[in-house]
Amino acid sequence: MKKKTIRTIPQRRTPAAEQDPRERVTNFAEVSRAYTPEQAALEAERCLQCPDQPCIAGCPVGINIPGFIQRISGQDIRGAYDVIAATNLLPAVCGRVCPQESQCEGVCTVGDTLEPVAIGRLERWVGDTAIANGWSTVPYIEPTAFRIGIVGSGPAGMACAADMAKAGCDVIVYEAFHLPGGVLRYGIPDFRLPNEVVDAEIRNLEKLGVRFECNTLVGRLFTIEQMLDEMGFDAVFVGTGAGYPTMLGVPGDSLNGVLSANELLTRCNLMRAREFPAYDTPLPLGRRVAVVGAGNTAMDAMRVCRRLGAESVSCIYRRSRAECPARAEEVHHAEEEGIEFRWLTNPVEVLGDGAGGVAGLRCVRMELGEPDQSGRRRPVPVAGSEHDLDVDLVVVAIGTHANPIMGQTSSVKLNARGYIETDEDMATSVAGVFAGGDIVTGAATVILAMGAGRRAARGMKAYLGIRDADAPYRTGGGTFFGIDLAERNFARVRMALS
Amino acid sequence: MSPSARADARPFEIIGRQDFSEATFLLEIRHPLMARAARPGQFVIVMSQEHGERIPLTIADFDRERGSITLVIQAVGKTTREMQQACQPGTGLHAVVGPMGLPSPIGPKKKVLCVGGGLGVAPVFPQARAFKEAGAAVIGVLGFRSRDLIFWEDKFRSVCGELILCTDDGSAGVKGTVAEGIRQAIARHPDIEECVAIGPPMMMRGSAEATRPHGIKTVVSLNPLMIDGTGMCGGCRVKVGGQIKFACVDGPDFDGHQVDFDDLVTRLKRFTGQEQDALARWNEACRLPGR
Repeated sequence: MKKKTIRTIPQRRTPAAEQDPRERVTNFAEVSRAYTPEQAALEAERCLQCPDQPCIAGCPVGINIPGFIQRISGQDIRGAYDVIAATNLLPAVCGRVCPQESQCEGVCTVGDTLEPVAIGRLERWVGDTAIANGWSTVPYIEPTAFRIGIVGSGPAGMACAADMAKAGCDVIVYEAFHLPGGVLRYGIPDFRLPNEVVDAEIRNLEKLGVRFECNTLVGRLFTIEQMLDEMGFDAVFVGTGAGYPTMLGVPGDSLNGVLSANELLTRCNLMRAREFPAYDTPLPLGRRVAVVGAGNTAMDAMRVCRRLGAESVSCIYRRSRAECPARAEEVHHAEEEGIEFRWLTNPVEVLGDGAGGVAGLRCVRMELGEPDQSGRRRPVPVAGSEHDLDVDLVVVAIGTHANPIMGQTSSVKLNARGYIETDEDMATSVAGVFAGGDIVTGAATVILAMGAGRRAARGMKAYLGIRDADAPYRTGGGTFFGIDLAERNFARVRMALS
Repeated sequence: MSPSARADARPFEIIGRQDFSEATFLLEIRHPLMARAARPGQFVIVMSQEHGERIPLTIADFDRERGSITLVIQAVGKTTREMQQACQPGTGLHAVVGPMGLPSPIGPKKKVLCVGGGLGVAPVFPQARAFKEAGAAVIGVLGFRSRDLIFWEDKFRSVCGELILCTDDGSAGVKGTVAEGIRQAIARHPDIEECVAIGPPMMMRGSAEATRPHGIKTVVSLNPLMIDGTGMCGGCRVKVGGQIKFACVDGPDFDGHQVDFDDLVTRLKRFTGQEQDALARWNEACRLPGR
């Protein structure tokens, strides 16, 4: 094959079709459409297969990106899926929700000169193709007799569950809600991540033997200690998410017209309040909505409000656009959908209508001062810049605190901010208990949570003495020096011999 | 029993029902793990059917031998009326999760007052029983609208050294609200150390006001709207002592002398319009033939 150079590859990134903004604000169907096979093949041609492979290092879970793109070029889509699935069980999810511009695509060699390869769109296309064809990689798994309990069915728990199931463990995932998926289910709206994709990825986990038990609030129905001491679990992974929304802390923030983005999104996505009254859960309806914050959750909340029929939706953010933490594509989509961005603006009071509702939001303008601890320039209020916005619903998306339930119900050590303390292997202060995701780091991304789940799985395998379970093997069984080879804790010896 | 064993049984099977009045009914639900874990003061979140909403209900009783929990429900809105019609022994609930919230601290006390009003009569029972088991003398004050709505009188008599019944119309016991009963109890027992009051917001406020002049610590159980019940949505936030608390994970028990009841009542009305809408639609649908 002739060697590709930056001059010979297609110069422009292959665009993906999108729903027209005017139409899409009236529905919850997905905004970005999938690549066609021709588009995917064309975009795959843009990968130089460079020797440095910076994209792999840029991926939090280290997907062999050039490897799967090469297989797309070679028309081997199943092979491309197998390459991704070796490290990432949820390509259809990650292709949609990862902040590629600050990960793989941000370091892509092509991106030094041209637009980077659309790695996220290619990953999504491979993931969608796998779902459409019912592909899943279920290796031969020999049971190890270890039982693993996973607390929380979000991305961290799913990633840990997958790796432990592949290591031959009996894995049960506990979820407090009535449906599994965590933030993928209750948080991210359908127009960004359709529920069917989440269902398909969960089915893939079930094919590996993972069992999901919903309606189970660990800590209260039974504790982590009981799981280890009474219920026969050999190790437990805690991936419960950050989940305790920070409210504004300004006068009027307990008014009925003020709610957290978590509440809005959970009502809309999980409880399907947007289909009220066919579903029983009501939604707070606002005609003029202000969303405070500018992260991905804020973008989701704004775009949900738009689709629910709000006349105007504005984004209130105390820093400038440059500091906005949301995925670039989400900000772009939000702008297209007519969201009004008020950068360098901070709320100081929610004005009441006298009956519990919201009559307006009093804000001040901000300017950027000296850099703070995060390295970002600290916003400071401009004197005399108070002004009132005419809004009737205020959605708060300024982050979360640590959820207190694990701290209330277990002896796992927490840090000063209430998050679970772990070592590099994600082991907590309690032997056999591992943790990862937002309950360790504070609010972060889906892919970082998945990375943490996988790291915890590695730590767990080391703790249990399961060696290199990524390489499935067969054994004749029987005994070894009189010890039953299927007996637990024997995996290490057996692996060392094989 | 391991939790996975539950998956084999019918999920959240209703094994008993008792109707106290036209609107109030009791459901006993099979859930051995929950019966083992539940402590007085905790609650569950229930979804009656797949399209249903999640509603918080205080655990009115739990029976570790029978492996069941008991909920008392007042049919006031669409969801609860639908449950009144549909929930019969042998059927099941779509989802039951819990026990949620911090258990009520049942410390060693010599004499306590347990006050229940209306729907709060049931959930105050496990607290009264726990205090009795912890060695306290328990005085019960129960409020009902009238004589024929009284329930669980015998259950309370079995754990209360003294029981004061109050009815709005005076058809049984003391005429008046539970606040009147509390005043009588305090007059007879100046050594009451603690009061637990559960019921509608107005009744809990009245109880807190009745004990305030005597400086008796009064614990109330708040029941705002909730979705997840795990601290994730913040929908259940309440004002206590000027601070915002989440009833689901910081409560549901709070110091009654510190709770902002006006705020609670306002927040309970968040979705009044949609709730009335849903009820009207449901009533209409029930009248249609074939339903």
